[in-house]
Amino acid sequence: MANVIGIGASPKRKEDQRFLTGRGNYVSDIKRPGLAAGVFVRSPHGHAVLRGVDKVAALAAPGVIAVLTGDDVADDGLGSLPCGWGISDAKGVPMKEPPFPMLAQDKVRFVGDMVAFVIAETPEQANAAAELLTVDYEVLPSVVGVLEAIRPGAPQLFKDVPNNICCDWELGDKSAVETAFRKAAHVAKLSLVNNRLIGNPMEPRAAIAEYEPGTDRFTLWTTSQFPHVVRFLMGALVLNIPQHKLRVVAPDVGGGFGVKQFHYGEEAVITWAAKRVMRPIKWVASRSEGYVSDRHGRDHVTEAELALDETGKFLAFRVNTLANMGGYLSTFGPNIPTNLYGPLLGGVYTTPAIYCNVKVVFTNTVPVDAYRGAGRPEATFVLERIVDVAASEMGIDRVEIRRRNMIPREAYPYQTPVLVQYDSGDPMGCLDGALVAADVRNFGIRKAASASKGKFRGLGYSTYVEACGLAPSRFAGRLGARGGLYESATVRVHPTGQVTVMIGTHNHGQGHETTFAQIVSEKLGVSFENVDIVFGDTDRVQFGMGTYGSRSLVVGGAALSRATDKVVAKGKKIAAHLLEAAEVDIQFEAGRFSVAGTDRTKTFEEIAGAAYVPHDYPLEVLEPGLEEQAYYDPVNFTYPGGCHIAEVEVDPETGTVTLVNYTAVDDVGTVINPMIVEGQLHGGIVQGVGQALFENAVYDESSGQLLSGSLMDYCMPRADHMPMMTVATHSTLCTHTPMGVKGCGEVGTIGSPAAVINAVVDALSHLGVTHVDMPATPNRIWRLLQNASLPVAAE
Amino acid sequence: MQISFILNGRPTTVDVEPATLVAELLRERLSLTGTHIGCDTSQCGACVVHLNGLPVKSCTLLAPALMGATLLTIEGLQGAPGSNRMHPMQEAFREHHGLQCGFCTPGMLMTAVALAAEKPNLTEADVRHGLEGNICRCTGYQNIVVSVMAGAAAMNAGNGE
Repeated sequence: MANVIGIGASPKRKEDQRFLTGRGNYVSDIKRPGLAAGVFVRSPHGHAVLRGVDKVAALAAPGVIAVLTGDDVADDGLGSLPCGWGISDAKGVPMKEPPFPMLAQDKVRFVGDMVAFVIAETPEQANAAAELLTVDYEVLPSVVGVLEAIRPGAPQLFKDVPNNICCDWELGDKSAVETAFRKAAHVAKLSLVNNRLIGNPMEPRAAIAEYEPGTDRFTLWTTSQFPHVVRFLMGALVLNIPQHKLRVVAPDVGGGFGVKQFHYGEEAVITWAAKRVMRPIKWVASRSEGYVSDRHGRDHVTEAELALDETGKFLAFRVNTLANMGGYLSTFGPNIPTNLYGPLLGGVYTTPAIYCNVKVVFTNTVPVDAYRGAGRPEATFVLERIVDVAASEMGIDRVEIRRRNMIPREAYPYQTPVLVQYDSGDPMGCLDGALVAADVRNFGIRKAASASKGKFRGLGYSTYVEACGLAPSRFAGRLGARGGLYESATVRVHPTGQVTVMIGTHNHGQGHETTFAQIVSEKLGVSFENVDIVFGDTDRVQFGMGTYGSRSLVVGGAALSRATDKVVAKGKKIAAHLLEAAEVDIQFEAGRFSVAGTDRTKTFEEIAGAAYVPHDYPLEVLEPGLEEQAYYDPVNFTYPGGCHIAEVEVDPETGTVTLVNYTAVDDVGTVINPMIVEGQLHGGIVQGVGQALFENAVYDESSGQLLSGSLMDYCMPRADHMPMMTVATHSTLCTHTPMGVKGCGEVGTIGSPAAVINAVVDALSHLGVTHVDMPATPNRIWRLLQNASLPVAAE
Repeated sequence: MQISFILNGRPTTVDVEPATLVAELLRERLSLTGTHIGCDTSQCGACVVHLNGLPVKSCTLLAPALMGATLLTIEGLQGAPGSNRMHPMQEAFREHHGLQCGFCTPGMLMTAVALAAEKPNLTEADVRHGLEGNICRCTGYQNIVVSVMAGAAAMNAGNGE
């Protein structure tokens, strides 16, 4: 009997053995014969004219093989790093899209902008030579904040981008919103900052490039979430390498969170350089280098207004946001604060009119792009915060105001006023489940216990929805996507019945090798251990768009499901021939093909064998072999969501916020592997808690220096920051994905920042505090408390 | 300079520049790439190894410190050499999904084994405090904490046999 481990089971992960024993294969672990070392020389200035680079001393240093600069890039006629999305303003005027050279030319625009690439025999020699490079800068004033960048007289990053505004984007019915505001009984207003974040996957970025003159082929090993997209963007648009002459491999990758889903200049430079010097070259970023070059996330300044009637029903929502793009447009940059933000402002509520304006702004900072959640945490934070503000101002309970405005389960599918149509959901069910799981009923007792210790306790809610499973290509194309967003899977059945799957998504912690094997095990009735999943190599996998936007199971899993269906369909034809029956009479169940109503059967292995040894086989009408492929393009996004409840304790003496309880009840659709889903929720929640309480990328305003440029200055969540979380699922099935799945990679990060800050504000509300910007550090809270009329502590 | 030490149970002699960091020596010279480098400020803990039985961050240790010492890396943590049998702490991490991308995992395991050896009855607070020097970006720590407590219990049960 086959050991089928299917949908809903929690087998231990296939990938764990190699990671637990130190036998993972990360890019920095790979060695190649004759390997040279490369280091990048980066701008120490936020904004400067690049007058010239004197290579002489560096070239004369021991072991140096070459020094390459922007002039060499220009001489070779190479392209600029492409942006994958083109957005437009309300009049249809396209965004300003200045070039993003892979090594700086004429100007540098952020601390960390790449100026030169030094190649030597060893990393030590390359670093020593880099010190000898003389770069002539004419330093210009920097501008790092969005408010400052759009002011008259601000430093201008590009000649043809007035006021540093890349695009003045809008969504929604502005006049309907204005009409609703005029009729409103109450208008809640909120100004907030969504803090800038640095993703910090634990594995720093790295790349190795090699050119084989014998075959005229390039290989790039890179820490990427989407090797095929790198092959396309870099090969076709930057380096002019034909696709069949370029192999991109992303082996084991130590976390991504969005940071590794962009085509980076380092990849293009090292690949180009490998041919110029005819040596394989390796570059491994230091953590400090990652801080000033990994794409950052978030960084919004927002003004929001919510119009309500006298009963607390939401009438209209108006949001004006300034979104920081950094110094250049990264791969998905302009898409994040626009298309992945505005359409989420409806949340789980029936708000009939919504208008959103986003000014996308260049500054002298690291380019900003997608980071776990990407646009959706920002939207959720604005909405869930202003709902609390409105409830407080109108004297309505925070849960009650949510209930009054929630989309009832029976109203799905639900068309929002901001493009998206939710196919399924049950926000009320998630809320009810979370209220019980968080023991909200007894919160008063816990609050009193905290008060007796002189602490302020608060409870915060976030009832939210997100859009993921990126993405329906046609819809995305209308929004400005310059590529498709389908996924592909090949199911290769071997003559002995074992299965190898080639899939275009990328596994960097999500457990795909296990989850996808469960799908195949269930659908084909084969043993779980007889299924292997191959990903991350453009020479082995047909094509793919990679992993981001909680798309792997939703889109890739759907392609895999369809490919297994095709295998079964072909197997039925073979079985019909062997069993001398009509194809329509063949049934497939639990790994056996049988003639309906008879005991005549063939096992899956027998059919596989027959397909590869086609002696008794319908060769006239059927090809030998048993290997099927499917490409799947989703018809809609998926809409996971749920209710998160955070409970905090604030120490007024120190300003320290301690997260004491955290509960999440999420609707992620069908759960394939509950253990893995729970792990995704844990990790996602803590990244959101990090944003709410600890993490902040801070730039010096005058110099453009990144002040939070190391793990000592940028506070990452640690084990002792967290309580044990309670996570559960309350699933409704997605109506348009083959297995009813919705995706779970980002929900935790999207729901949690608002829950935590709402809890902090609740804890301090008796002092008149109505909002706290993230991160709610002890310093920030302590200062707030000094300004508030602090009553005598409860002791 | 020549340095002789015991590496994962085997006498080892290497000729290295004195300024070589142990993490680099392991990864670049000895092809033991299970010890990872995740930062440059000794904050992340991906490079933790055991020096004479105590956990240390190998990115801040110079090679001469190994002279005459006993060094254990993730590659030596398993049961018998060449076997696929894992240490109880490794088994616990697999059982309780205490890892996702795997990059912090070797350092986490080495720290966890040392924690469990140091204190027989670890509380959740002990574990959270003890993992302060190891950063994980994937798991939110919850399943790591569960794994360490289970692994510690298994280690102690094994010692009692």
